Amino acid sequence: MATKSLKARQNELSDTQRQLDILSKGIFQDGTLPTFKEKLNDYQLEDIRPKALQVLQINLGYMCNQVCAHCHVDAGPDRKEMMLESTMEDCLNVMRHNSIKTVDLTGGAPEMHPKFRWFVAQIRAQTTVKEIIVRSNLTIILANKKYHDLPAFFAQHKVHVVSSLPFYKRNKTDRQRGSGVFDQSIKALQKLNEAGYGKEVSNLELDLVYNPSGAFLPGDQQALESDFKTALKEDFNIDFNHLFTITNLPISRFLDYLIASENYNEYMHNLVGAFNPAAAENVMCTNTISVSWEGYLYDCDFNQMLELKVDIEHQHIRDFNLEALAKRKILLSQHCYGCTAGAGSSCQGSIA
Amino acid sequence: MKKTYYNPDDLKKFSSITEWNESLGEKFFEYYTSVFKEGHLSAREKSLIALAVSHVVHCPYCIDAYTKDGLEKGIEKEEMMEAVHVGAAIKSGAVLVHGVQMMNRHDQLSM
Repeated sequence: MATKSLKARQNELSDTQRQLDILSKGIFQDGTLPTFKEKLNDYQLEDIRPKALQVLQINLGYMCNQVCAHCHVDAGPDRKEMMLESTMEDCLNVMRHNSIKTVDLTGGAPEMHPKFRWFVAQIRAQTTVKEIIVRSNLTIILANKKYHDLPAFFAQHKVHVVSSLPFYKRNKTDRQRGSGVFDQSIKALQKLNEAGYGKEVSNLELDLVYNPSGAFLPGDQQALESDFKTALKEDFNIDFNHLFTITNLPISRFLDYLIASENYNEYMHNLVGAFNPAAAENVMCTNTISVSWEGYLYDCDFNQMLELKVDIEHQHIRDFNLEALAKRKILLSQHCYGCTAGAGSSCQGSIA
Repeated sequence: MKKTYYNPDDLKKFSSITEWNESLGEKFFEYYTSVFKEGHLSAREKSLIALAVSHVVHCPYCIDAYTKDGLEKGIEKEEMMEAVHVGAAIKSGAVLVHGVQMMNRHDQLSM
């Protein structure tokens, strides 16, 4: 398993244009498979249009203590990109002046940002945002003494913790996320439980994220949630609220894996074959704006990683214009099939 | 004509069998879909049964489909292999139980 990002390895897929070329050429150029727009047209869905904005997803930076094989961010310890405090102030300004229900903090490992705790506290102090989500990789809680009190910090600020755990057994988790990650994740989940997370009596939400560990789609979210709950309770006495199944989108490191393992064509056939028009009407880009560490705006986290900025004149958080964003055309490519396959996929799990 | 009888890409074209007989084809797929829905047996259990049967009937398309289906349902490789052994045990048992017929016939014909 690689221990450096694609960028550090100077892999050709660290060039986003190369990724977009792969996604638009080959089987999509020769007519073997319809492009995403053609598929939408087949179902009389001309475009995907924004609905009311509910979620501001903010990427605090690409630094992470893990180098997961499927990571669409290409995050890792060698990534130094981090949001400036002035950009965080711009985000707070947007939250103060717009009706944002949920702020979703992601990375990398967002907790590694030196201003992470300040930012969370300011969101609570300065804004009426109802829900703060932190996407935690779990192992960060045990990675260094300075992070050991994160569960208490999360609880203090009523943070909704959404944690990655690819499987309830060691082998699949460690294959995807690195040796030893499963054991550390289990310890971290136990610490979150001790802080009150995932318990029915508390209102501290702890959700888990399941990504398939290979070139296949996630199964039924409800059935997998039931399996996860039974196994984690029996084996480790761990409680959590919900399991979100998320499809791996064919970009960045997962695209690299698909190509290297000669699974790319078959995976794209699977995604296209599983296209669900009901999912297409509820994809997360309809109610979410993604903000990069530099403060630029994107239709979703995946478009951010492909450097496809929102299709409006003012693309930076400091020039945030809700009206213009509401009228924008969402930028689509073949990676969008990942959000519309089967029961659909979003940062909040299945959508159809 | 291709040099092999089996082509992995044919699995993707399975639904095209309705083109030459729409009524029967659609009835089959409706039945097939109903069979695999959650019922008294879970979808997970049905997937493992399907995987075992796929091996017994030597269907490479089915092995492909139900290995992937098992992965999607979170079935582990150890469970998959056990299911294959169940199929193999029944298959070999079916061969060996005929040994009794052989023994009966042998004894009937022998002095």
